[in-house]
Amino acid sequence: MEELTFDRVGERMYRQKLENGLTVCVFPKPEFQKGYAFFATNYGGMDVRFCLNGVWTDSPAGVAHYLEHKMFDTKEGNALQDLAANGASPNAFTSTAITGYYFESTEKFEENLRILLSFVSQPWFTQESVDKERGIIGQEIGMIQDNPDWKVFTNLMAALYQYHPIRLSVAGSVESIAQITPDTLYACHKAFYDPANMVLCVAGPVEAERICQIAREILPKEAGPIAGRDYGPQEPEQAAQTLIEETMAVSTPIFQLGYKGDAPQRGEAGARQELLGELACEALLGNSTPLYARLYREGLINRNFSYGYEAVPGAAFLAAGGESKDPEAVRRAVQQKAERIVREGVDPDLWRRIKKGSYGGKVRSLNSFETLCIGQAQSFFAGSDLLDFPRLFDTIDKADVENLIARWVTPERTALSVVRPGEEESK
Amino acid sequence: MSEVTRRELMPGVWLRCIHTGKFKSAYLSVTLMAPLRAETAAENALIPAVLRQGTAEHPDLESLSAALDELYGGAIEPVVRKKGETQCVGFVASFLDDAYTLEGETVLEGAAALLGELLLRPYTQDGFFCPDYTRGEKENLIGRIRGQMNDKRRYATHRLVEEMCREEAFGVDKLGDVAHVEAITPQSLWQRYQDLLSTAQIELYYCGSAQPERVEQAMRRALEGLPQSQERLCPECEVALHAGAEPRYVEERLDVTQGKLAMGFRTGGITCWEADYPALTVLNALFGGTTMSRLFLNVREKLSLCYYASSTLEKMKGLLMVSSGIEFDKYDTARTEILAQLESIRRGEMEDWELEGTRSILINGHRSTLDDQGRLEEFWLGQSAAGLDTDIEQLVEGIRRVTREQVAAAAQKLELDTIYFLRGREG
Repeated sequence: MEELTFDRVGERMYRQKLENGLTVCVFPKPEFQKGYAFFATNYGGMDVRFCLNGVWTDSPAGVAHYLEHKMFDTKEGNALQDLAANGASPNAFTSTAITGYYFESTEKFEENLRILLSFVSQPWFTQESVDKERGIIGQEIGMIQDNPDWKVFTNLMAALYQYHPIRLSVAGSVESIAQITPDTLYACHKAFYDPANMVLCVAGPVEAERICQIAREILPKEAGPIAGRDYGPQEPEQAAQTLIEETMAVSTPIFQLGYKGDAPQRGEAGARQELLGELACEALLGNSTPLYARLYREGLINRNFSYGYEAVPGAAFLAAGGESKDPEAVRRAVQQKAERIVREGVDPDLWRRIKKGSYGGKVRSLNSFETLCIGQAQSFFAGSDLLDFPRLFDTIDKADVENLIARWVTPERTALSVVRPGEEESK
Repeated sequence: MSEVTRRELMPGVWLRCIHTGKFKSAYLSVTLMAPLRAETAAENALIPAVLRQGTAEHPDLESLSAALDELYGGAIEPVVRKKGETQCVGFVASFLDDAYTLEGETVLEGAAALLGELLLRPYTQDGFFCPDYTRGEKENLIGRIRGQMNDKRRYATHRLVEEMCREEAFGVDKLGDVAHVEAITPQSLWQRYQDLLSTAQIELYYCGSAQPERVEQAMRRALEGLPQSQERLCPECEVALHAGAEPRYVEERLDVTQGKLAMGFRTGGITCWEADYPALTVLNALFGGTTMSRLFLNVREKLSLCYYASSTLEKMKGLLMVSSGIEFDKYDTARTEILAQLESIRRGEMEDWELEGTRSILINGHRSTLDDQGRLEEFWLGQSAAGLDTDIEQLVEGIRRVTREQVAAAAQKLELDTIYFLRGREG
């Protein structure tokens, strides 16, 4: 077992790759009451076309999410109820790149961990239960399609990307999920829920050896084949379209402004690009910049304004958005600011402050076991370690961020997604 | 282990310190405790929001952001809370713990100073609050008050409390009402602010790695300039022991598609100060406080009478409130079934698994509070408002000892006071 220490953030992590290929990461926290376990597969909404044992399969959009819903069913009943009766709060999510199952509990942690590992590794689907779920997920799809925040973001993805399956809605559509059968679910579980394609991250008053022992007991003994994936043709650098607009029941226009970045590399380079992307946002339009203050004063943005860097295999972008009476004016102002940064550089005093503020914010976020475990799972799938960031932070200087802004924040790489009030609302 | 101390820095000004090294951040708060009254609630609620806009030294959001960046990206948020009949207004703040700064600098002193500055040295114009800031934050507050209506589930509970406690201070909303907000001027707000500073009991809170002596020194320095006063009193909470002879029925019609049924009970004098309080918390959890409760499993899941059904407790005021979403024509059946579940608990009809499961969920919830700085602060503020020093372990001990008979006895004391039913305009 490897022991990694991260002195600057006061953390320790044990890591072990088991015989069946599963990687286990444990953060011992003897001074805490609760334990938290996150069991994830490197499989999300974008992994629709895959190859197992030489055979290519095109699965319907939304199958990873559907599978997540159905995994809680067990031969004996439902794992959610079993965990709840033990005082645990369990849940799960599916994102574009991963699917994760988790719980936290202060009592019976080991028993709960066994339940978690069992139900995620042992599929149990019947025609009846799969059909019943279709209505529930159909309602969920209807609900998110009515959600303007979801709409504006999904539209941004469709505008930025031409081929990459980041364009797909994680939940799929009512039409796509109509094709899902128990066989589809079993096939996708076999392709992606092999221990070698998964990671278990645990934080709490636990011993790493015990966690590994339990995982060995419950999970399959040997690694199976892992599916290959296809994300479509090479994406161009440019955005697929510059503007995408839609009308919905909102009281003010909402928007997402995106800039297409370079696909992240695996390992340290990708982790460093994430820090660069975050700092680029802070320097360009973050809370402490004069641009932010000006947009706020002019009523072009309000407190709902937020921004960040996002990446999945094969795609990365910067996005900023919120409510605005004139989203195009926001985009013009950001573009002008970017050009000015390219000419004159980022103000050295501002740079020093945002680097300090951003560092502190990242360290503080580690209070949360969710941040720690989910973050480590994502980093692991991307070939890096979450807690390496202080070291990488030191290697970043102002010129790196100016360079990223010069390459990414350009008229060719931008897309603007706007949801406007319909006539009914604007009366 | 963490160590809790509470000391009086000057008459009516208290500091509670949780000394622990388990978090990456230091959590601070400053709270002014005022009696909840219709005439002052809106102004009190507006004060922290206006104060957060600028100080004499940092006159706008941009310069405040810069100051926060220098303190490793700390966050300070204005808050308004209601604990019994006490309106709690002030700030909560989270900063990087001193243990994790890059060059061994300290953050605590600077953070405390900035909090003190926000509280005591606002940005003013002509000796009063800045008219622009006052106007902007009045709009935001009105938006928040009106926004409460959007969420019909919260609205129904809000209306229940308003009706049930129409002759008690508890019936006043923590944000005040729109008419009172509209009447506020920079001058009237300034007067209220001066009154608050010299009459409210002040509760300071710190959770982090610094020794209490050092925190005390930093806080004393930060509060230099606070008016000396002998009149700082913690507001009292009036407890009505019994409901009227017959439950009062209030019906309201709005343009809604789903009905909301809310029921308010008096707890017959069981409050957080009484010996049978632990039994009341188990009763509430078992009746409607968890996903394995009677209301959830029977009324919602088994009989499908409600879209949701749950209950909550107000521990100082001695209220138990049921909240549910139903079809308009299910009013009688839902009401009857909710009361039937309560009757069965009154008769002592509780399965072992439900009693133990409920106990386990309650204990898990309490224990995990110890791991979350925000929830821990909220817990201790509630204790301060109630004048209690009982800690979480003592609460857990109390819950462990509760017997089936005590739960039944607590249920027998509940008296239905008011029923509120929100229905559509038609039918």
